Amino acid sequence: MQESQSAIQASYLRTPGRFKGFLGWVTSTDHKRIGLLYLYSIATMFFVGMLLGLAMKLELVAPGKTLMEARDYNATFTVHGVIMIFMVVIPGLPAVFGNFLLPLMIGARDVAFPRINLLSWYFYVAGVVLILIALLFGPGTPDTGWTFYAPYSFKTGTNMLPAIFGAFILGFSSILTGLNFIVTIHRMRAPGMGWMKLPMFAWTLYGTAWIQLLATPVVGITLVLVALERLFGIGVFDPALGGDPILYQHLFWIYSHPAVYIMILPAMGAVSEIIPTFAQKQLFGYKALILSTMAIAFVGYLVWGHHMFTAGMSGTAQYAFSLLTFLVAIPSAIKVFNWISTMYKGSINMQTPFYWAASFIFVFMIGGFSGLVLGSLATNIHVHDTGFVVAHFHYIVFGGVGYSFMAAIHYWFPKIYGRMYDSHWANIGWILFFVGFVSLYTPMFWLGMKGMPRRYYDYLPEFHGANILSTFGSWILAMGFIVIVFNLIRAARSGPPVGPNPWNGKTMEWMVPSPPPVENFEEIPVVGENDGPYNYE
Amino acid sequence: MSDEKQHIVPYSTFVVVLVALLALTFASIGITSIELGGLTVAAALIFAIAKTYLVLAYFMHIKYDKPYIGIMVGLIFLLFLAVVIITFLDYFYRV
Repeated sequence: MQESQSAIQASYLRTPGRFKGFLGWVTSTDHKRIGLLYLYSIATMFFVGMLLGLAMKLELVAPGKTLMEARDYNATFTVHGVIMIFMVVIPGLPAVFGNFLLPLMIGARDVAFPRINLLSWYFYVAGVVLILIALLFGPGTPDTGWTFYAPYSFKTGTNMLPAIFGAFILGFSSILTGLNFIVTIHRMRAPGMGWMKLPMFAWTLYGTAWIQLLATPVVGITLVLVALERLFGIGVFDPALGGDPILYQHLFWIYSHPAVYIMILPAMGAVSEIIPTFAQKQLFGYKALILSTMAIAFVGYLVWGHHMFTAGMSGTAQYAFSLLTFLVAIPSAIKVFNWISTMYKGSINMQTPFYWAASFIFVFMIGGFSGLVLGSLATNIHVHDTGFVVAHFHYIVFGGVGYSFMAAIHYWFPKIYGRMYDSHWANIGWILFFVGFVSLYTPMFWLGMKGMPRRYYDYLPEFHGANILSTFGSWILAMGFIVIVFNLIRAARSGPPVGPNPWNGKTMEWMVPSPPPVENFEEIPVVGENDGPYNYE
Repeated sequence: MSDEKQHIVPYSTFVVVLVALLALTFASIGITSIELGGLTVAAALIFAIAKTYLVLAYFMHIKYDKPYIGIMVGLIFLLFLAVVIITFLDYFYRV
């Protein structure tokens, strides 16, 4: 106990840098502090996005106007989407846990470019501020949906330019983080840590970083073209000037589909760390998991067109995109197989992070299977732009990233704060969140198949029952989230101190005190020939 | 880091590359005055690729770096090519 207390006193949390207090945090180049800056920023934005989501579900509790007009509903789902995608799930795991853990996992003192790392957080904040300006000031909140589709985005009279510029700046944040991680993994691994000794989370960050680096500039340039179209009518996307609005969709999804893998790959990486720890077993098929990670990162670039099956694309392209979409399911399925095989005959320690990881697999599989329905041309036409798509998307992205994020925060919380949370309340939070999640999104599959379109603030009377269930689910989910957040905040302030390795983890971050000291390692560790990230006897 | 070989590129090489880049830029502008139809974009892309190669090879030192860096850049180029080809599956076959 005494030792744990002194670890907290000597940690990065208590060691002042050049400045103290708030200024000390926002000027720190310590990767751990930057990770926490992202955590607090992203959690705040998630809370705002969640309130907007709750407002949308409340509007849909009954047919007709309940809470807001159609125009306000359009603005609400646009803002909800922009916040949740660009400010929460894309930076999510890489920015928070990648920053905090990558140097610790590979035996380094920091990332390769600590100042650029801090700069990327400032870019994130600048992007958030610009988008908030777009929402609160000017001629009206953007109402195009988070995709900013042409020609809506340059025809609408709402406040598009600051929103577009904000998304553009957020892209810089993502690119710089990706660049930092690639160089860190290539150049700063501890002696003896070959590529085949990297923990899976580091591997998934590596795959993600390449996507961030290569795909984000595409959307950046596309958004600049939209801005130029609005300001000068250059005619790239405007059909009235000889432009092609479908080209916008191509360029947007060339980024935004790989962006789904920016979100989901680190989520898979976190789950790949948690399952062996709580099964106390070697990760099954380590190399297969690495290959499937890189295969997802690569094939994920080539499947963007399945978002555009009804947009007027050529039949040849539709067949190609459908085939490629089915191909990306294979490496994803390999991962699920390996996680389940890791658990098989393991001595499973049923703790909160494991519950989150196991429920991640459950919701991710439902999201994945419903993705096949959308990847297939004929069924896609049937359910396109309906509630089915919204349900699928939330099962994959919120189910994937949200559950994995929760698994990760409950797993690495003792490492980050050196304290333990109340498991009882953590499990209650998980149950509420899970029940709420399933009740919220599952009815939307049914509603979509029955023909209820997405992005409408009204619906036919026969859809009333399922919408009530869905709205009720949103309240349960929000209650679960509040329980989880209160439990974690209380634990961070006054939870019982824990030792360096409460879960018996085998990766390198568990070898340093909890919370880690500023310099991470007194001496840079040397990885032996027989050492590995999942060496359970 | 310290045991790695340093390669110093003479200024004359940089000047030659700069002149080549300027020449290619003027050429890419000049070619727009010739009516090439659908090949206009292809011509612009060829000039852009040539300029990219010069910048990567000389200004970014990939020509003098370890081979695997060049291979990685080559793979990225292939990925970009795949993205372009797939996009044109739409444009060439659209009714």
